[in-house]
Amino acid sequence: MVPVSYYVVLSAIVFTTGLVGVLIRRNIIIILLSIELMLNATNINFVAFSYYLGNVAGQVFVFFALTVAAAEVAVGLAIIIALYRNKASINVDEFQLLKW
Amino acid sequence: MDAVFYKLIPLLPFLAFLLVGLGGHWINSRAHLIAVPAVLGSLLLSILALLEAGGGKNAAIPLYTWMTSGDLTIELGLYVDPLTAAMLVLVTTVSSLVHIYTIGYMRGDKGYARFFAYIALFTFSMLMLVMADNFLQLFVFWEAVGLCSYLLIGHWYERDTARSAATKAFLVNRVGDFGFLLGLLLVLFTFGTLDYRHVFAQAADFAGATINLFAPIGGTWQVSTLTLICVLLFIGAIGKSAQFPLHVWLPDAMEGPTPISALIHAATMVTAGVFMVARLAPLYNLSPVAMDVVAATGALTMLLGASIALSQNDIKRIVAYSTVSQLGYMVMACGLGAYTAGMYHLLTHGAFKALLFLASGSVIIALHHEQDIRRMGGLKDKLPITYWTMVIGSLALAGFPFTSGFFSKDEILVGAWSSGSFGKVLAILGLLTAGLTAFYSFRLVFVAFWGRSRVDPHHAGHIHEPSSTMTLPLLVLALLSIAAGYVGIPQFLTPVFGEGEAHHGSASLVIMSAATVLGLVGIAVAYVFYVRSPGIADRLAAQWRPLHDLSFHKWYVDEMYDRVIVRPTFQLADRMWANIDVGIIDGAVNGVARAIAWWGWFMRLFQSGQTQHYALGMTLGAVLILTAYLLF
Amino acid sequence: MATLFFSYFAGVIVVTSILVVALRNPVYSALALLIMFFHVAGLYVTLHAEFLAAVQIIVYAGAILVLYLFVVMLLNVKREERYHSQYALGALLGVTILTEVLLLTVQQSFSKETATAGLAMSDGLPAIEGNTEAIGDALYSTYLFPFEVASLILLVAMIGAIILAKRDLFESVPR
Repeated sequence: MVPVSYYVVLSAIVFTTGLVGVLIRRNIIIILLSIELMLNATNINFVAFSYYLGNVAGQVFVFFALTVAAAEVAVGLAIIIALYRNKASINVDEFQLLKW
Repeated sequence: MDAVFYKLIPLLPFLAFLLVGLGGHWINSRAHLIAVPAVLGSLLLSILALLEAGGGKNAAIPLYTWMTSGDLTIELGLYVDPLTAAMLVLVTTVSSLVHIYTIGYMRGDKGYARFFAYIALFTFSMLMLVMADNFLQLFVFWEAVGLCSYLLIGHWYERDTARSAATKAFLVNRVGDFGFLLGLLLVLFTFGTLDYRHVFAQAADFAGATINLFAPIGGTWQVSTLTLICVLLFIGAIGKSAQFPLHVWLPDAMEGPTPISALIHAATMVTAGVFMVARLAPLYNLSPVAMDVVAATGALTMLLGASIALSQNDIKRIVAYSTVSQLGYMVMACGLGAYTAGMYHLLTHGAFKALLFLASGSVIIALHHEQDIRRMGGLKDKLPITYWTMVIGSLALAGFPFTSGFFSKDEILVGAWSSGSFGKVLAILGLLTAGLTAFYSFRLVFVAFWGRSRVDPHHAGHIHEPSSTMTLPLLVLALLSIAAGYVGIPQFLTPVFGEGEAHHGSASLVIMSAATVLGLVGIAVAYVFYVRSPGIADRLAAQWRPLHDLSFHKWYVDEMYDRVIVRPTFQLADRMWANIDVGIIDGAVNGVARAIAWWGWFMRLFQSGQTQHYALGMTLGAVLILTAYLLF
Repeated sequence: MATLFFSYFAGVIVVTSILVVALRNPVYSALALLIMFFHVAGLYVTLHAEFLAAVQIIVYAGAILVLYLFVVMLLNVKREERYHSQYALGALLGVTILTEVLLLTVQQSFSKETATAGLAMSDGLPAIEGNTEAIGDALYSTYLFPFEVASLILLVAMIGAIILAKRDLFESVPR
């Protein structure tokens, strides 16, 4: 049997990768992809524990997480399009209107 | 005599002060109508007190319990014994005469009423000082007379020399007062009480007590407590009675109007120091070391004052340095145990020195505020009353036979001679100074009144005797200068100080003669120098230039103080201002503002507007929490 | 056997996730993500969550990823400078977090207890019904309310996306 800690470690690696991706990429789309990575990592975690604890609630939660991820992607991409229309760029460095 | 009368003695001048001081516009040129009767009333009551004390009835009148704190009780009270009574009469007499004199002298002055208010206040303070029955009251009114002196010296405050002189007087006094305060605290610490009688009663018990002065720094230097107390208290007297090295304020105090020079700086305030030593005789008698200090200081001052007076040209300065010198005599006498002699001289000196000052004032007024004796001369016939009273005063000062000054100075010299070998040395110095005294006092008379007139021709035509309000006090004081020798003051003071040394040995006769001869020699030399051959003085001055400069520049004491104390203090203040006030304090305050501004700038750097930077911040926070969780 | 499958799936997942983050061309990144999704689905299957595996492929790979590719094509994104200026700090933080989580994992000694617990229960999962039935059972009874809320979320997202992306609403810059 694969011990559950392996799944936890896997999940951690994927999550960290996603996190680093958010922090270091300039392309907004890639940033959103990295966010998807993070969500998937947590899903893996949930399913693993759901299996190992024999409780279906973990999978139900993954179900909802999936839903939310989908909604978020839709809205996020719509925003990107709107941004692109405004500035003709998807380089996140150039959106500095929040600057002092 | 009822207690009320004793209380009225200081109270009358105080009421005068209040009324005149608060009277404002309504009182301006009529101030003397309140002040003079008040002080005359005080004089009358003082004479009654004198008679009471002379009859052996001392008065102790408690006034008011100031505070009770633990074991310490501080009360105000009045105590009148022959010593106090004599001082009361002196103060009120001279004060009354000065009040009357002021009517003429300060006529038309802008601060006429203010002047009367302040001299009334001064009279009140001085009376309370001499009637005090405990150290604290003494100290409080000691300070009060210093304050009045400041106010009065600076009467013409628009003049910056007057302002500086007043400040100098106050500050130098303050230095002395610091020593006085330390002494007072030591008395409190040692005896547990500040009341004279309790302290005197216990004094003998502490004769052997010592204090370790090096205790705070872990060493040992045992000093007799009583000696320390006496020396510290005497430091106060050094300041107040213008002894070396704190004599520097008295000559500059001549910036004030002449009446107060007479009142404060001749007869009363400066005598407070001598009075204090005499009043605390029981303590001083237990400390030979302190008495030697006192005697030596007095002798040094005596010579200092006389030597400087030889070369001065301002009429008031000559008399001022003469006062310094005579105060030295009194202090020296007290230091040698001849308290009676010292007080005797104090009383007679009060009369003739006040006379000399007031007469000088008369001359100054007559010549329209001319004070340089080199621009006087030939006034003998134009100001007869002033001239003759001045001569009488100078004779008394020089110790001419049959004047009061003769008797009192003689008492001092004889008393000194019979006080051991140290006393003999000081007695010789005293004789020498007597010669110098005669010389400079008659130098003044001859230069100012004799010879051809060197007065500014502008004023030469209108020289006339001043009004009777000014000449009357002169006459009264002249009379007192002679009569005071015959009223039996030493016998009067015997109950206080005990029977003096026997004065009928051959030594006393020799001294008396020597003093007289030296006095006459001094007068004769002055006559030769300034009447017969006027050029001699200048030639001698040129030949002995260094000595003359030393005398003329007051032994350079002021210059030394300036270099050693005043200028470094200013530099220190400047340094502290620059480094501490501007640098540290302002720097701190401005620094806070700058720090906040900097912090604002710093925090602004984080508002980059870039989302990824914010994401980084969030991640950083998460990492920190995780780390904290892991570690703790 | 199971370990073998796990290692394969896990390895590919890790590699492709790194590729997503590291590749310069966004299309390549998206495709790497696609491969990752498939292998995550595979992992679900090994964990007896077949329904979820199916949903994963349908939603993630089939909808979300397609959407991404649409947008990438639409915006005609070219290759870009790869990394943000803060990449050093980001990488460092990533390593730190990873290390700490690993430490946590080791500390909690999951490996021993929960593994055995899992062993005991691994086949205790109701073999009576299949995965789909189990999820459906839970979803429509205990978690009914969240289910409805999820549908609302989807509704809102839909509306939002349309409004945000609609061209007429902005009187602004022509492209």
